[in-house]
Amino acid sequence: MNILTLTRRALMAGGTALALSVSALSPAAAQTPPGVLIVGQVAEPQALDPAAVTAVNDFRILMNVYDGLVRYASGTLEVEPALATDWDISDDGTVYTFTLREGVTFHDGSPFDAEAVVFNFERMLNDDHPYHDTGPFPLAFFFSAVESVEAVDDMTVRFTLNAPYAPFLSNLAYPTGLIVSPQAVMDQGAEFGRNPSGTGPFRFVEWRSNEAVVIEANPDYWDGAPELEAVVFRPITDANTRVAEMLSGGIDMMVEVPPVALSEFQGDAFNIVEQAGPHVWFLILNMREGPFTDQLVRQAANYAINKTALVEEVLEGTAAVAAGPTPPAFAWAYNEELEPYPYDPDRARELLAEAGVENPSITFYVTEGGSGMLDPVAMGTAIQADLEAVGFDVTIETYEWNTFLGRVNPGLEGEADMAEMAWMTNDPDTLPYLALRTDAFPDAGGFNSGYYSNPEVDALLEEARTATSQDRRAELYREMQAIVQEDAPWVFVANWVQNAVTSDRVENFSLEPSFFLLLDDVVKN
Amino acid sequence: MLRFILNPYILKRLVSAVPVLLGISVIVFAIMALIPGDPATAILGSYATPENVAALNEDLGLDKPLVQQYFIWLGNMLQGDFGRSFALNRPVLDEVLERFNATLILAGTSFVLCSILGIIAGVVSAANQYGWADKAITFVVLLGISIPSFFLGMMMILTFAVNLRWFPASGMWPIYGSRDIWALIDHLAMPALALSVVATGVIARLSRSAMLEVLRQDFIRTARAKGVHERGVVWRHALRAAMVSIIPVLGVQAGFVLSGAVYIEVVFQWPGLGRMLVDAILRRDILLVQGGVVFVAACYVFFNIVVDVAQSYLDPRIKT
Repeated sequence: MNILTLTRRALMAGGTALALSVSALSPAAAQTPPGVLIVGQVAEPQALDPAAVTAVNDFRILMNVYDGLVRYASGTLEVEPALATDWDISDDGTVYTFTLREGVTFHDGSPFDAEAVVFNFERMLNDDHPYHDTGPFPLAFFFSAVESVEAVDDMTVRFTLNAPYAPFLSNLAYPTGLIVSPQAVMDQGAEFGRNPSGTGPFRFVEWRSNEAVVIEANPDYWDGAPELEAVVFRPITDANTRVAEMLSGGIDMMVEVPPVALSEFQGDAFNIVEQAGPHVWFLILNMREGPFTDQLVRQAANYAINKTALVEEVLEGTAAVAAGPTPPAFAWAYNEELEPYPYDPDRARELLAEAGVENPSITFYVTEGGSGMLDPVAMGTAIQADLEAVGFDVTIETYEWNTFLGRVNPGLEGEADMAEMAWMTNDPDTLPYLALRTDAFPDAGGFNSGYYSNPEVDALLEEARTATSQDRRAELYREMQAIVQEDAPWVFVANWVQNAVTSDRVENFSLEPSFFLLLDDVVKN
Repeated sequence: MLRFILNPYILKRLVSAVPVLLGISVIVFAIMALIPGDPATAILGSYATPENVAALNEDLGLDKPLVQQYFIWLGNMLQGDFGRSFALNRPVLDEVLERFNATLILAGTSFVLCSILGIIAGVVSAANQYGWADKAITFVVLLGISIPSFFLGMMMILTFAVNLRWFPASGMWPIYGSRDIWALIDHLAMPALALSVVATGVIARLSRSAMLEVLRQDFIRTARAKGVHERGVVWRHALRAAMVSIIPVLGVQAGFVLSGAVYIEVVFQWPGLGRMLVDAILRRDILLVQGGVVFVAACYVFFNIVVDVAQSYLDPRIKT
């Protein structure tokens, strides 16, 4: 347990004591209007153009304003029809033909049709498109397999891929695949990101810089008008202030509640909502040099770290212990038979002795914070203590997030033996394909910063990407997980359980495994 | 007007501002170029492969040589175009002006508050030296100076927003309802007070000693001997004389309040310039950081010139 956590807890405890002592005096709560949901966001959005943004924070707004051709079925990460009513995949897996939903219009009144879909993907992918300069489009590579997209007729669109690419459908369900109004892009140009128009359950009203983004119900929504009249997204970057706003009734819902603050929301006035997501928090081990070149030492590290204590004590139950490289949220592809490495310091000592290394000294890169990194400093310190208890000699080096990425992504060789990392993805293909293949070494443009290389895993991942049957893909991913767990190129630590808190006036709200925030069924009294 | 600007002293000051601002632009540009982490990595996050980073850098115009980037930026700026923020996707100048306005409201209110409260506390303290009022004020002032403003801010939110619900916890304007002066005061009260506490303490202590100094002088004894009642002696005769040494302190504290606003803006989510710069640096939003810093520097240089010119009119000896 490090000083930082202790102080923060002491502060929170002191604060609570103070709170209790004065709460007897408190008058009636400041009321927010019924039917209007006020959401505390973690930051000001970058833009409301789905093709231009990368942050989960922005996705939370976008998913309520736009629709994609497909979407994730509620409570799962499997795709179901949205703006496309059905689709056909050619036998070789390279041609996808979508039939579009009739009678849908964008919020600006222009019709949704095949030409609109073509416009969206051409804008993102074709450098010569007249509106390509409304970018940049940083996640356009999600669709880099798309060779052409054409309108077969008014309501039919055909995508031709340069090679079979199984994650294509789930990438279409990702925010980067949301469909914007071509008319609005033509009218607004570079300002489209601040004046968005889609087909979603809510339509954009206004964006007051650094204050709020307001959206209101779209009464003509094809999937039924939402229950709420309007939603207001407020950016509140400081976590403590966000908690204070929630407690004082200034907002009705907040996401990403800090673990230490969860206890503030026990009781009838609030509801805590939780959902495990497609996230994995792990330690990259350097397999090119140093002690972790030996599989026994890597396994020893997996046994030595008390993951249960990490998720329950440090993260206060806001994460679950990870068993392998694939998060259980990908239920269809997850290998249920995997058991996490148990906490067994004696076994770790045995393995170290068997490997013939005594007190291996390792450098450990820790970040101060970053997307999906949970509580990296406190976790890093706890991990250091666990490893030292079995004989490792661990030196921590801490870096600010962007600096950290600049050191870890180019590869750990000559830098460190071990580094923290976390990924949130939308398809079981993404993370292993980008971070566990031989062809994904950093010098080849991938994220395999620890230089894990197993030809068997390479073959499984290649086949899984091109297989068209989901059952076959699932089989391949399960096999891959078992091998990777045994090889232990990483220490598998945690899967984030995302949380949100709502006031008791909010009903029908649940979090999705995709980590998107869907508000069309929510009621506020 | 033209003759006013062509006044040699003013002209000289204006010309001397040019190298200062150029130097600042070079320094801030160099710092943003040298710190590790680039905007493309920050934007792409997990997906920052070298390939994707290179492609995005090209789109952002960051693939050109640094010297060329600098002169493009400088050239655009001289034409009034500060560029577009990567992270906020809007013109840098719009954002900076809006934020500057919010900071001025917060820091200005705090400055007025700490000047008035500080001087009153100092005068009362000095007039009752070693009395109970002096001891009480000295104690409170020490407490104020010792509490970090961000902590005080958090405690104020807890007490007055979460528990008593007298004030909103954060922000500058209500989400609903009219944006009138009362709504602003409602939101401004806590951050302005939290920001002014330390400066109030400093001003109070220095006012106290300045007053004590003056109260020992002969003209005060004369005033008392003439039969001027004590309140008049303290507030009219002594304070006026003490102001000579209090005013420079106010000047220093004005700068302090402005820089201290950064913490308070973060705690209270006040949409000011300080919070903007903190966010922009973390996101490697290069143009916003550079534009923001150059803007603040330009304001600072400008105000200095105005003050010097004003002084030169009051005291012609300075015009050399």
